Formats: sequence, C-alpha cells, structure tokens
Amino acid sequence: MSETRLQMRVGESADLVLRAATVLDPVAGIDAQHDIVVRDGMIAELAAPGEASADGIEEIDAGALHAFPAFFDPHVHLRTPGQEHKEDIETGARSAAAGGYCGILAMANTEPPVSTPADVEALLADARTAAAVKVGFLATVTRGMEGEELTEMASLREVGAAGFSDDGLPIRSARVLRRALQYQRLCGGTIALHEEDPELSGSGVMHEGPVSAALGLEGIPSVSESTMIARDAALAGYEGGRIHVQHLSAAESVEAVRAAKAAGVRISCEASPHHLCLTDEEVRSLDPRRFKMNPPLRSEADRQALIEGLRDGTIECIATDHAPHAAEEKEVPFEQAAMGVTGLETAFAALYTELVLPGTIELGLLIERLAGGAEPFGIERPSLALGSEANIALCDLSARWTVGEDGYESRSSNSWCAGKELTGRVLMTLAGGQIAYRLRTFSMGVAA
Amino acid sequence: MRHLLSIEQLSKAQIEAILDRAESFAEVGRRDIKKVPTLRGRTVVTLFYEASTRTSSSFELAAKRLSADLVSVKSAGSSVDKGESLKDTVATLSAYDPAAIVLRHPYAGAAQLVAGWADAAVINAGDGKHEHPSQALLDVYTLRRRLGSLKGKRIWIVGDVLHSRVARSNLIAFAAMGAELTVCGPPALIPRGLEQLGCEVEHSLERLGEADVVYALRLQRERMNESFVPSIREYAAHFQIDSRRLGPRQLLMHPGPVNRGVELSGEVIDSPQSLIAEQVASGLVVRMAILYELLAAGDGAPATVAGNGHATPIGQPA
Repeated sequence: MSETRLQMRVGESADLVLRAATVLDPVAGIDAQHDIVVRDGMIAELAAPGEASADGIEEIDAGALHAFPAFFDPHVHLRTPGQEHKEDIETGARSAAAGGYCGILAMANTEPPVSTPADVEALLADARTAAAVKVGFLATVTRGMEGEELTEMASLREVGAAGFSDDGLPIRSARVLRRALQYQRLCGGTIALHEEDPELSGSGVMHEGPVSAALGLEGIPSVSESTMIARDAALAGYEGGRIHVQHLSAAESVEAVRAAKAAGVRISCEASPHHLCLTDEEVRSLDPRRFKMNPPLRSEADRQALIEGLRDGTIECIATDHAPHAAEEKEVPFEQAAMGVTGLETAFAALYTELVLPGTIELGLLIERLAGGAEPFGIERPSLALGSEANIALCDLSARWTVGEDGYESRSSNSWCAGKELTGRVLMTLAGGQIAYRLRTFSMGVAA
Repeated sequence: MRHLLSIEQLSKAQIEAILDRAESFAEVGRRDIKKVPTLRGRTVVTLFYEASTRTSSSFELAAKRLSADLVSVKSAGSSVDKGESLKDTVATLSAYDPAAIVLRHPYAGAAQLVAGWADAAVINAGDGKHEHPSQALLDVYTLRRRLGSLKGKRIWIVGDVLHSRVARSNLIAFAAMGAELTVCGPPALIPRGLEQLGCEVEHSLERLGEADVVYALRLQRERMNESFVPSIREYAAHFQIDSRRLGPRQLLMHPGPVNRGVELSGEVIDSPQSLIAEQVASGLVVRMAILYELLAAGDGAPATVAGNGHATPIGQPA
C-alpha cells in the first residue's frame, strides 16, 4: 500500500540545547526537567538539568519553559490553489509553526479542488520550497467535489495523498461513499468526512436553539450532523472501511461516534478549539468574523459533551479547521458572511487558558490530543523520546498576550480569538528537525 | 440613545419616553401646516434593500414633517444592483454627512454593522428576520392609546413567527410593558427554543378566547413550497382569524401587508375591533418621535439647529 508524503522546506538541521526545560510527553512517558540536546535535527540526549554538554551549539535557558511534542493538525485550509488572497502554503505553514505545530494536513476544497495526482504532486513540490512545517495534502473523494464520481484514489495515493476528503461538503450519496470505502481496500488512505445532512441544514447559519430563535437566524439542527455520522459509521462498519469524522460539534455526534467505536467500526474523530471553548451565545454579537463557521458553535451541553469525549478518548485529536477568509468576506451581515475562522496560532493558548487553567482538563491530556491528529492518517505521532526527529513546541505557560495585537502570521485575520487575552505562548517550534519558528521577542540567549 | 438598532437595547422608560414624544407629535398632525422646524438643515438618508410601503413612506414623511432634507435610496436601480457592498454604499452616503441613516436590509445585524461604520445615528427599519424596532414601538403606542396600559393584558401573536422580525421585536416590547404573551402557529413555523424568550407556545387557537389582543402575522405563500404547512386551505382552517374566532371584546392587529382570506378573513379586517388602520397612523408619529429622540433630544445635541449640530469652533482655544 502507498505511503503518505509530508513535505517541508529543505533547510539546516537544528543543533541546540534546551537547558532545564520542563519536558512533558505523556505518550512517551516523560514528565520531568531535562536538558534536551538536539543534534542534526534529532533528539540526541535527555540529560539531567545542567548536565548536558553543549560544546559550542546554541544553548537556550528553558528553566521557566515547557517543552512539548510539537502539535499535528489534520484539518487546515491552505486555500491553494485558487484563493491565495486568503492563505498560501508559506503563510499557512508559518501560521502553524507559530502555533507550535510541526505538521499539518491541507484540505482539498480549493479552486479547483485537489482531485488529480498532478494536483497533489504540484502542491508537494510547492511545500518543499515554501513550508516551514511538514505539510500533507488530502485529495477529494469525488471528482471536483461534485459528489458523483470517485477520484483516481489509487493513483492519488501513489503520489502521496494523505487521505481523502470532500471537506466543506458532505458526501450526500450513501452509494458513492460506499464505493469509496470499497475502493479504499485497494489503496488505503483514511476518508475524512464533513458530516452534515444538507436537507436538514438548509440555509442555516448557526446552531438551532433559543439563540437562533431570538436572533431570527436560520438554525442548523444538531441532528443534521449526528444522523450523517450514524449513516456513515454504519457504511464503514459494513465495508470494513477506515473513516475519520471531522469537526464534531454536537452531543449527539459524540454519542454516535462512541456507539460506532463500541460496535468495532474503524472510526476516529476530531474536535476544534472553538467548539471546545465557545457556545452559540457568542452569536448574539452577530459578529461573523469570529463566530460564524460550519459546523456552528453549539450549546453549553454540546460543549460539555465534546470535553467529555476528549477526556474518555472518543475524540482522539484536536483539529483547528483553520479557515482563513479575506476581510471583505466577513465585513457583511452575519447571514452573508463566509463560514470559518482561523485557529493555528491560538489553539494551544486558547485551550490552555479556557480548559487547563480552570482545571477542566489536565495539561497532559491537552498535549496528547494536540498531537493526536497524525495517527488517524497513518502518520507517526511527534514524540520527545530519545532518538526521535526533533519536533518540539517550546512554550511559556505564564506569558499573557492579546491575540492580534502584533498581527498574524496567517494572511487572514478572522481569528475566533481576536482581541482575547490568552495565557501561554509558543516561543519556538522545531519541525522535522529544523527551527520552524521563533517568536520575535524571544532572544537567542546563549546561556553563560 | 445614539442609535435605534433593536428593541432589546431599550429600557421600559426609554420606550415610554418615545411614546410620550409621539403623543405630542399627534397634535402636529391635526394642524393645517403639519410641519415643525426641528431638523431643519439636517439630512436623513433612507436606505432600503427590501420592498416596503408603510415603513419607508412613514419614515420619509416623518423626516419631512420635521423639516429634514431627505435622500431616499432603494437598492433596485442603485449601485447595489452593480454589486456595491453595504460598507461602500454607506461610505458613499456618509459623504453627505447625514444626521441619520434609516436602513431596511434582508439580513440580521446589518444596522448594527452600519452603526459601526457611519457617524450618523442609525435606525434599524427591519434587519432580516431579526428585529423591527419601530414597528414594535408603534404597536405599543397603538395599544397604549386604546388600553391605557399593557400591564397584565394577554396578547396572542398568531402565525408565521419563524420568518417574522415583527414577532421578535413585539415579543420583547410587549413583555417590557408587562403584557402576558402567547405565540400560536403550526409547529414548523414556531422557532425551536422560542419559549425561552418568555412566552407560552400553542399550536391551536382553542384558547384564543383568553386573549385581550390578537396580533396576526402575514403568511407568505412561498412557505407552502417549503412544506412548512401543507396548504393555504389547511392553514386558514386552523389558524385564520375570522369572525367566529375573534370575540367582540378582543382587539385585532396586523403589521401589514395583509393576505386577505389567509391569516385574516375580510370581515375582521374591516371590523371595529381592527386596529390595522390606526397602526399605520401611529407609524408616522412614532417615527417622528424616534428621529426626534435620536437627533434632537438628550445630551448636548441642540433641540433645533441649523447646520449639522456640531459645536462651533469660534471662541475655543486653538
């Protein structure tokens, strides 16, 4: 079976010592202060604080800092080709690096959609010159995302497509999805599903409930998502296929995935930071820049169900669904505005501030789930274990910052956190053994 | 009060202040020369992105009776047809330095957006299915004149609540004035979770006799195609207000335009209980009062000014 290809800019491998960092990698079983020695882009040594010898390489005083395995986001929109005014591979990857990510998977709903092997090869070639972090590309399940004919899935896998998704749209036809699941046996490649029944969503723009009733906005009911998950989980179970449910938003959906897992279906799923932190109450502001996305922000009970799913492992990863849009697409009334918010640069800080600091979830769980997006696509999880490739997010958990104050690395500014004061900041990211990002104000302090 | 964007933003006292002001303008309407100089030299822009008869005409006449200069823009035939964004249209009209912009728009929150872009006072003349505050104020005004007070009065709002901005604004306004509210209509036309706005929900007119006031809403014929209700005939059979269902001591209201023979039968429209014509008359004086409250009353803004109400720089240190 073919292999997923991830590609990033070819550069210099990092050599440095993170002196006395608090190292936390729950999967590798590391939770202690260490000197982390990175040589030639690999984690060469985990020594007792102050013990590692630097012999001339850069030393960083990380005594007050945390080192985590860098994060992996399986759901990012890089808008390339066709909508480079919103984002491109370079700006999107830089945005990811600034958020502590070492790898991302780009969705295929571009203009035109990524549907041919040549599309995937061209994007991987671009990433090789432009991307600060590793980037993989999904291809569409159906040609041109039209929901009718399958793409050449086997050829797409041969050139390294990371999986398949018509994200942005559901696969309306159960027959088409069934054929894709059958064909998947030949070529592998997880099928990632945007679950929504267009018949139930209609032209809805927010969660259906008391807030939509009060605002007079057309609602998208929770069952629009959960009924499709139930259908597709049944199909995957019947065909033995491997599916990944994108951006879970509703309590009923968590329950549907939980039931499918209990029934032995090969299913994984993700939740986004905004669905874990916000509810539809935010929509009362009628601000589409921060609060309009699909699936929509739902009720507090839904948010709590997502958190519970994150805790009990029903939801194995956090994915930002980073969806950049130009200012003019958001400076319009709520119903007319484009769906989607950016999230790469703020995911860690927002979840640390909103869920870890109040004691809702443990820091270790957050770190695990932020890197949990690799495995569902057959990609090795970033690790701080000795001998691993250096993929490290170096964070200051006491830093407070206001989102957007210094602009964004992303080309777009439709961050759901815009203007929020957050605690916890990524100071430096190592991705694929290279230094992918360093906060401008974080000095290259060589320890004495 | 800088803008009128929603009923939700108003306290009971603010609502009453506008209604009291409207009473004083009712007197102006009985004069031979029905005009006062309050807004002389100031400009009011009406910007309508949707068809409207009574709201646009009454705002326009209200501005004229207050001696304002009036610019009326309708989306059809304007640059909006050529794809100009709301933001750019507002920037263009702002070049005339208007004191107020009256906006009707098919989408929720449009007036709020404009308030963020323009220096003018913004009046929401209906935004999508969200709010229609001047309608709610004129309805409260109409009822207050007839009943004295709304406190403890039972008001039933009947019909297509889902698609009605009038229903939403009126629920808030009637509740603020102390009325007890029931909403009644076919289940698919009552938004899920509406009862959390503080009203009862009914799907039958059986208990309509309890109502002091019946407020019927327009049922658009295109709702049939979307299966909200099976047919006009079935809707009328269950929800039409007719002379059998409307008791002699009950008052009838409707925001217009009426679908005669659908939500209301012809005979109740023309009955003495019907306040529909009074609502239209109230619309004019209430909209005069709204313009007055925003542009001429309150802190610092002179009551009658020539010019734009800006303080003169003469006599101030450089």
